[in-house]
Amino acid sequence: MGPVNRPRDAVRRRTALFRRVTIAAALGLFLLPLVSLADFSVRFPLTGKVDASAWTALFAGTDSDRLDLLREGLTNSLVMAAMTVAIMGVLLLPTMVLVRLKLPRLTPLVEFICLLPLTIPAVVLVVGLAPVYSVISTQILDANTIWLAFAYVVLVLPYAYRALDAGLSAIDLKTLSEAARSFGASWPTVMVRVVLPNVRGAVLSAVFITIAVVLGEFTFARMLARTNLQTSLFEINLSDGQIAAAVSLLALGGTTAMLVLLDLFAGLRARRRSHPSSAAGTRAEVSAISASPSPLPILKGATDD
Amino acid sequence: MTDPRALPGRGTRTFRPGKALWPALGTVPFFAYTGVFLLLPTLLVVVGAFRNGSGKFTLNGIQLAFSERTVNVFLNSAWISALTALIGTVIGGLIAYALATAPAGSLGRRVFTAFMSVVAQFGGVMLAFAFIATIGINGMVTRWLSAGFGYVVDAGLLSSLWGVALVYCYFQIPLMVIVFLPAVDGLKPQWREATENLGGGGWTYWTRVAGPILFPSLLGSYLLLFANSFSAFATAAALISQQTIIVPMEIESALRNENDLGMDSYAQALALGMICVIALVMWGYAALQARSTRWAR
Repeated sequence: MGPVNRPRDAVRRRTALFRRVTIAAALGLFLLPLVSLADFSVRFPLTGKVDASAWTALFAGTDSDRLDLLREGLTNSLVMAAMTVAIMGVLLLPTMVLVRLKLPRLTPLVEFICLLPLTIPAVVLVVGLAPVYSVISTQILDANTIWLAFAYVVLVLPYAYRALDAGLSAIDLKTLSEAARSFGASWPTVMVRVVLPNVRGAVLSAVFITIAVVLGEFTFARMLARTNLQTSLFEINLSDGQIAAAVSLLALGGTTAMLVLLDLFAGLRARRRSHPSSAAGTRAEVSAISASPSPLPILKGATDD
Repeated sequence: MTDPRALPGRGTRTFRPGKALWPALGTVPFFAYTGVFLLLPTLLVVVGAFRNGSGKFTLNGIQLAFSERTVNVFLNSAWISALTALIGTVIGGLIAYALATAPAGSLGRRVFTAFMSVVAQFGGVMLAFAFIATIGINGMVTRWLSAGFGYVVDAGLLSSLWGVALVYCYFQIPLMVIVFLPAVDGLKPQWREATENLGGGGWTYWTRVAGPILFPSLLGSYLLLFANSFSAFATAAALISQQTIIVPMEIESALRNENDLGMDSYAQALALGMICVIALVMWGYAALQARSTRWAR
């Protein structure tokens, strides 16, 4: 048997070498711009002097004039992230539950509408949103940036829908709600105390995706001349590249931390639920949420260029 | 995993209009909301492409969109998308293949995949900053190159079409790794063994077995990458401020000049053009996706 196996071993070793070289090269090349960004944030461009002034200004808040715009952008983005999550919770989740329980024939229509934004680029949508927002800012509300959250709901719709759909598919919604109803629970109670706890993982993943999209959004805000985190970064960069680099690193770190947390959370749930008594459905739910390589990659394409 | 929707007995209840009315009312907020913020804007784009400021029918915007300058902008967009999608497909496909040779649950593979998904996410303004910090005038790599090899990176590189293409590769390649990895993972070792048992070598395996199986998802991934790059705006906007070279930037300047006489309906016509391109690409993607899932069982 030995001599027959020898070429196999050689092939295996060559494959392993190919894998190591490719992965190492990719890792190095893709880390390079991130390292450069860190280097840029501490190195003064003209003299090459290295100091942490951008970082200290950011955390000490001493340089308030320069940072005012950034603070305004960040506040707007955070408020809009919260608003978008809230609207999703009130609008999308109840509709999806209702359609599943009572109007299954509407499922294809709801799915079509929710996935539609994937095929309409943000830069196209904003052309049609411009007249809508000119009505909103002059006749209904005002020109405040935070009303952009209404449009962000649409941007997030496909990802939130997929996450929630995976969660709802994994539980026996009908039995759960009928049981709760027969014990005398009202519909709001069913939603808050029965459905929500059972799709916690899916809701969490939808919330994270929403936050990631809203904090990264640039196109709408730029084209409708509003100030959010990304547009303020864009402006700051024109006067102070170091601050912009430092904030970019922070934002990237935040997104990564969120992704890792989500992965850990899903992993924890999977381990907790994989006791012998567990229902197979829950594992399906978890794997759908944390579907390797985690739900965030599907973001690409519509979030942010 | 059973899909509850697929179970029999669903939706077979007799239809009673009185009972169905209340739940149907519950979906009104959702449809009204998406109507105002999704369907209405889309409709405004399509209709707006054929209407002037006072609401009369016009082909002015469409005509402008077919002018030589605009056609060139569309060609730029198509060229940069085709190129970066090709680079992304080739290099990303290679990385995905290398990754698939590692056992599925191994730590290194999981960490690298997670890294790729973070990087694929990293786009827009911040990505532009990262590249300015790398190969911009004061970039780290620029300094290395000039100190080590005496090579001076062209100061205008990042604000040229080639520079933008280079930056786009940074999110195209990881996206390819993520969307293509499941397809490569789906290649069963038994197929290779069967080829060997029948006397086929590596070449035969790749050209007659693995190649044809992977081809639809390879092409599908290419189309996805094309659409991804075609609709990108923020990265290019942060890199180039002086001129418009791709369609989204042309849309931006058209939106800003909305009050120019003779320019109305131009932004809408451009947007309509983008919808047509993306719709065509996504249709192809869906068709290929249906084909490539044949082997996924």
